[in-house]
Amino acid sequence: MAWRLKLVPDNTQIDFFRLQAITFGVSTLLAVASVVCLFVMGLNFGIDFRGGTTIRTEATQPVDVGAYRQAIAPLNLGDVAISQVFDPTFGADQHVAQIRIQAQEGAEAVSPETIAKVEDALKQVDPSITFPSVESVGPKVSGELIQTAVMAVMASLVAISVYIWFRFEWQFAAGAFVSLIHDVLITLGVFSLFQIKFDLTTIAALLTILGYSINDTVVVFDRLRENLMKFKTTPLRDLMNLSVNETLSRTVMTSGTTLVALIALLALGGDVIRGFVFAITFGIVIGTYSSIYVAKNIVLWLGVKRDWSKPDPEALPDQFRDAP
Amino acid sequence: MLDIPLWKRVLILGVVAIGLIWAMPNLFYSRVETHNDAVAASEKAGFATEEQQAAMAGWPNWLPNGLVNLGLDLRGGAHLLAEVEVAEVYKSRMDALWPEMRRVLAEQRDTIGAVRRVPAPDGELHIEIGNADQMAAAVAAARTLATPVVSLSGAGQNDIDISASGKVLTIKLSDAEKTATDDRTVQQSLEIVRRRVDEVGTREPTIQRQGANRILIQVPGIGSAAELKALIGTTAKLTFNPVIRRTTDANESPGIGNALLPSIDEEGVYYVIEDSPVVTGEELTNAQPSFDQNSQPAVSFNFNPSGARKFGAYTAANIGQPFAIVLDNEVISAPVIRDAITTGAGQISGSMDVASSTQLAVLLRAGALPAKLTFLEERTIGPELGQDSIDAGRIASLVGFLAVVALMIASYGLFGVFASVALTLNIGLIFGLLSMIGATLTLPGIAGIVLTIGMAVDANVLVFERIREETARGRGPARAIEEGYSNAMSAIVDANVTTLIIAGILFTMGSGPVKGFAVTLAIGIVTSVFTALWVTRLMMVTWFDRARPKTIEV
Repeated sequence: MAWRLKLVPDNTQIDFFRLQAITFGVSTLLAVASVVCLFVMGLNFGIDFRGGTTIRTEATQPVDVGAYRQAIAPLNLGDVAISQVFDPTFGADQHVAQIRIQAQEGAEAVSPETIAKVEDALKQVDPSITFPSVESVGPKVSGELIQTAVMAVMASLVAISVYIWFRFEWQFAAGAFVSLIHDVLITLGVFSLFQIKFDLTTIAALLTILGYSINDTVVVFDRLRENLMKFKTTPLRDLMNLSVNETLSRTVMTSGTTLVALIALLALGGDVIRGFVFAITFGIVIGTYSSIYVAKNIVLWLGVKRDWSKPDPEALPDQFRDAP
Repeated sequence: MLDIPLWKRVLILGVVAIGLIWAMPNLFYSRVETHNDAVAASEKAGFATEEQQAAMAGWPNWLPNGLVNLGLDLRGGAHLLAEVEVAEVYKSRMDALWPEMRRVLAEQRDTIGAVRRVPAPDGELHIEIGNADQMAAAVAAARTLATPVVSLSGAGQNDIDISASGKVLTIKLSDAEKTATDDRTVQQSLEIVRRRVDEVGTREPTIQRQGANRILIQVPGIGSAAELKALIGTTAKLTFNPVIRRTTDANESPGIGNALLPSIDEEGVYYVIEDSPVVTGEELTNAQPSFDQNSQPAVSFNFNPSGARKFGAYTAANIGQPFAIVLDNEVISAPVIRDAITTGAGQISGSMDVASSTQLAVLLRAGALPAKLTFLEERTIGPELGQDSIDAGRIASLVGFLAVVALMIASYGLFGVFASVALTLNIGLIFGLLSMIGATLTLPGIAGIVLTIGMAVDANVLVFERIREETARGRGPARAIEEGYSNAMSAIVDANVTTLIIAGILFTMGSGPVKGFAVTLAIGIVTSVFTALWVTRLMMVTWFDRARPKTIEV
């Protein structure tokens, strides 16, 4: 037997329901904590969602946030946030900062004059400074973007659930739906807790997480459906354990390859997309967890019809049904 | 049993080969790009310079030359989202209607009495008539100017609504006409923005309509959004109006049908002019930067025949009177007419430098925007930042790819090698498809490719795990492979259809970068299912036929 890397030993017989109380408790707790966190701390919306301007600066001298702030203060632009950006891919004399200016009263987008003034003020502080990107979004557009984003997430949840309903049974759709909500909530909670910038690409990440999580869930469901046809009398709980154990090696392998690729991107992909990649990476972990611990628990709890070998007699038109 | 029919083998290999050939130009990105630019430039000019010929020789013509477009976040450039102020057009429509309406009503002077225009909100025309009791006659006369709107929804409606109260006749555009006008205004604005951007000649600008009254403009390679805004944000509405008087009082009331406009280069000087122009910029056929008799920068222009006729008639009738050249509600100059100008040629001069005269000529040539643009969103991305992102993305993809390959080979041995070859082909096919459909690669799109690298092996993993199970169950190698594929099928289909649904939703809702991500994600799903289900299978079957192993190890 040639050597093989085995992330999961052959023929595992883990009882995934043994810790049911704990995993269920932890999931509920995390979801509730996320909602609380969202209400208390809110999300650190980027300009996509709340309007305003961000200016990225790059200089050969170290960033002096205080001096930048002082230089901009006389312009009376309201809320100005300045943060330094660190990244391992930067060169030794590459010092990057991000400046965010709130949306200005009565203006759809910050006027070029204002931006020019800010740029001039900063050049006084550090003549070597350059502005690799300047982005400005008006309040009108940002309001619409939030709406579209919420709609997109909702539409995805519904579309996926409907698809699962058609391919499986409604109980499976419900399980998938709950586990997807679980994933979205907890990811949002992490973004809120650590105040990671939340913008349009984060929404894209969120939807990708939904796609990945459902991918995992479907693989387990598919095996469960197969086993339901094979073993007609085994208790549902045991069948679920069997299905998860049988697919465990695949689950871990796919999560492994995906995570390996994403971690490379997280470390080396530069700071511009780090928030985006972080969201996906985190979501993959939570999505894998939820497909093992959340989705099927819901199905078990709801129960499912047992005889899958024959077509459902209920589904037959009346004239084909046996007389009582 | 494991046999794949010849036609299927040829088909699979053919698709792979075509995909890879289409992907190939991307390996020689800059060379192919200069080749394409040279071809485009020489086709436009009708001949090729020596330089262009050299550039064209850099890439053979018989090879595909489609490239993956780089998005703004990778190439650098400016992005603007503009809203067209469609309501502005209502006012000018009313202004244009007034002389016509005055003529029609004046014919009825005997019954309805004197007619005069009274102040009204923008977009409405209020006319007071002498005999309020003859209002019905006035309305009937006014109605002769209404024409039916030709549109799908507004069938049967007239273009103007006419109502009366007391002695005032109120005329405004009907809702159907407003809808039609809005659409026309946006179309026209789009066309003019496109012409202006094309005049400057940058590569592959994206100019498209978004929603009912918005225009999205993306221009790669331009220095900043402010520069782009200066070019397309100017209305450039040029008119030639009769001057009534010159004044220094900014608050002077100009009177009905007139307007008080500031002079562009004389501080504190204002002109009272007639609202209805003699000729407008729409009747220009050409405009180019030039110099006036004092060697100051100026813009020379030519009228089309109808413009020349109107201008000639007006100047002939008003010798000794001043007329105003008005650009975007500012008086550029107000020369006195010395002779009738019948040649249809003229010159605008006044405080300009060479750069601004060149720009004014561009704007006049491209035509005036029918309405003002308000900018809702603007983004500038420097080219260095884009290049940094490409480099970072390239390294990250490579490292991620190698790590996945190592993991696959360590876990599945020879089958892992098959999967890795398929993965390599998969990446090639993604680029091939992206080039073929001319899609745009954005930074999130690169992330999408890296994500695909990680997830593409999923279908293979599902199959390999199945083969392992079947082998453990005591099946022979051929049977195990066969069963492995057929049993894994439904999971693979369901898993990928759900992800495709997500990609579809992302594509519909997303803009710019997010859309780019959706496209690479969707393409990645299609190519990964293809490579995992057909390409690896072909490799496996070919290997199996040659080696005829008694047992297989997965």
